[in-house]
Amino acid sequence: MRRLLATLPVVVLVALFVFLLLRLAPGDPAAVIAGEHATSIDIERIRAMLGLDRPLHEQFLLWAGTLLKGDLGNSIMSNMPIAKLIGQRIEPTLSIAALTMFVSVLIALPMGIAAAWGTRTWVDRTTMVFAILGFSLPVFLVGYALIYVFAIKLGWFPVQGYRPLAQGIGPWLRGLVLPTVALSFTYVALLARTTRASMLEVLAEDYIRTAQAKGVHTRGLLFKHAFSNAAVPVVTVVGIGVTLLISGVVITETVFNIPGLGRLTVDAILSRDYPIIQALILIFAGVYVVLNLVIDLIYVFLDPRIEY
Amino acid sequence: MKHLITKLALALTVAGLLAAAPAQAAEKKVIRSVMHAALTNLDPIQTTADITLYHGMMVYDTLFSWDKDLVVKPQMVDTYSISKDKRTYTFKLRSGLKWHDGQPVKAEDCVASIKRWWVRDNVGQRIAELATSLTVVDDSTFKLMLSEPFGYTLDALAKTGSNVAFMMPKRLAEIGTQDQIREAIGSGPFKFVREEWVPGSKTVYVKNEAYVPRQEPSSAAAGGKIARADRVEWIVMPDQQTAQAALINGEIDYIEAPQADFIPMLRQAKGTTVKTIVTYGNQGIIRLNHLQPPFDNVKARQGMLALVNQETYLRAIIGDAAFYKVCPSIFLCGSSLETKSGLSYGDDKSRIQTAKRLFQEAGYKGEPIVLLNPTDSALSSGAALVTAQLMREAGLNVDVKSMDWGAIVARRPNKGKPSEGGWNIFISNQSGMSASNPLTNLGLAANCEKAWFGWPCDSKIEALRKDFTKAETLPERRKIAQALQDRADETVPYVSFGQWTQPTAYRSDKLSDILVLPNFTAFWNIVVK
Repeated sequence: MRRLLATLPVVVLVALFVFLLLRLAPGDPAAVIAGEHATSIDIERIRAMLGLDRPLHEQFLLWAGTLLKGDLGNSIMSNMPIAKLIGQRIEPTLSIAALTMFVSVLIALPMGIAAAWGTRTWVDRTTMVFAILGFSLPVFLVGYALIYVFAIKLGWFPVQGYRPLAQGIGPWLRGLVLPTVALSFTYVALLARTTRASMLEVLAEDYIRTAQAKGVHTRGLLFKHAFSNAAVPVVTVVGIGVTLLISGVVITETVFNIPGLGRLTVDAILSRDYPIIQALILIFAGVYVVLNLVIDLIYVFLDPRIEY
Repeated sequence: MKHLITKLALALTVAGLLAAAPAQAAEKKVIRSVMHAALTNLDPIQTTADITLYHGMMVYDTLFSWDKDLVVKPQMVDTYSISKDKRTYTFKLRSGLKWHDGQPVKAEDCVASIKRWWVRDNVGQRIAELATSLTVVDDSTFKLMLSEPFGYTLDALAKTGSNVAFMMPKRLAEIGTQDQIREAIGSGPFKFVREEWVPGSKTVYVKNEAYVPRQEPSSAAAGGKIARADRVEWIVMPDQQTAQAALINGEIDYIEAPQADFIPMLRQAKGTTVKTIVTYGNQGIIRLNHLQPPFDNVKARQGMLALVNQETYLRAIIGDAAFYKVCPSIFLCGSSLETKSGLSYGDDKSRIQTAKRLFQEAGYKGEPIVLLNPTDSALSSGAALVTAQLMREAGLNVDVKSMDWGAIVARRPNKGKPSEGGWNIFISNQSGMSASNPLTNLGLAANCEKAWFGWPCDSKIEALRKDFTKAETLPERRKIAQALQDRADETVPYVSFGQWTQPTAYRSDKLSDILVLPNFTAFWNIVVK
């Protein structure tokens, strides 16, 4: 509870910081709304209608007031409720984040453990080469290559778009295979390296040598004795990965034309749709805070020595 | 570990099976189109954004329309009359017209719509100034009375460039122009599906089964607007590489504005056609700030005019000569008002010499000239960089400020000094339709504070534009257009860097009978196989 309460000032500070940053940055949503043919008079009229001509503190209090009532406000551009706009975009983002993390963890953990166990062998070297490739290849390049081979040449998957889960698990999964694979490259590399490094450190510990001397089976040694102790940094990286995925994987969303939160954020920034940007950053901040809390709780579970 | 591997294998098998599942059956007669921008504002009167104009063309109808030769034809209007003194217009609506909510279209709706339109539109504002009354006669008839003849009245109601005089129900038309209309209830050939609208991602329209098209064949925006597609989806694809791959793969049917780099690839792709659908295209604008030195001096503006070799710009930003045209006229070349410029500068070397001399005569002493470069627009940014290079070659001290378009539109209303947040030059473009008429040409208006950013102030230009509104015949209008060209050569309200058209790519094995229009894409009339 104490930790939960401690997160409140963080969210309030983020809200204030984002509000001020947006107002101080160059840009004017009224000018964007008015369009190319508008005159200064037209823009002034729209600015007044949006309340952007009011003093900053008034604008902030208005926004904070509606926020406290649980209302994220309306988009300046489309006039649609922001909660609805986010609702339209959250499913693709959560889908791609969950699938990517699932695939990455499933592949990277065994890879990292195997590489640490067989250090300096071909398994280790192959894992490291893959990790370097995963870090070095830009997501858009992997994405275009996957589209060319698996969508255009083989026709197995669609080039682009997102099919909602409501249309059936088949179309949903089919549309997500390529973006998930493209995105997983980086996360597999990151997780495999972290797992390997953490495992190497633990495997050098005296108690592992003792367990080996006592004849503990390799599987028990790796998973029961070693990995449970090496898991703390891995969980940290998984947590950071999830937050990064939720807060927007703009390039992947753009390459595969997935209407997720990342694209909503970028579009809102380009059109200076202040209420959307403010709402999204607040939500992302909230997600960070909650996930950090969850990670802290997992630490306690994994390592009873950790206390808060 | 073995258990884990078994589970993984099982999961992948299931995934594979699911992935192989057949895609959902395609709906009947659907056009999936990637448009040039995302629709974010539904109000075609509040904003002048092109995509909202296109949306308006889908949903709303107009009293009159221009045919392919830009001749005014009745659209919602059945019959009309003009009094002998040319000051009173009486309009009678066609019978059977209905709004998308099922209500009948009435004269009071049209009166309210015109009154909303003429607040924002610059031609409409002229009519509003002259109007002594706009009244309902009966449910299907209304009357406009003017204090003096205005020869452009019907053209103003028919024009297809922003702001278009779209007709909407009275309850929507009575919303102030500063407020955004949140609904899209028109009487046009397609209905907007609000529940499926994802701003920034997808816009959906369905056929308006209750629409009563005119009996005449389609001709540009005039004639019978027959929706042959059941559903039209506008899909936003910010990545052009993905869009062209999706078109080749048959996932989409239409790319309204494919990037120039992809045109050769799309031309070679099986089942696709690349063609110019929107014939009037665009005119490039180099806008100078008339309020700040050095461009408050006409000699400096003439210097910029001398410096700009349109061929250099168009080669750099468009590339394929089939899609661009060097055009010294301030009105669109190929339009009925194309004019001749009396200016000639010779080769690039002599252009630079002339520019140097003129800037010297303007008293320019090397002060920084702030040029705004929109980095998120490949076309305008290319033109900005060409401008900067030419200016440097002419010995000018150009200070390129790179920013996104959102920052430029916020900065350009600033009339102050460039060193204090103002500016000297920005790059933009206008539709060829706007550029083809003195009343709608964005850069030509020279009514000081009320003019477009840059604020040229020239009473002669304004007097000529006023004369244009009274001219009724094409020869009369041409004569005034030429006088405007001569004056513009002298005072340089803006500099054009040429004109170009934007080709469209579409699946010709699925779509046919696409209408060729001057300034927008129409989805009626298209036959879907």
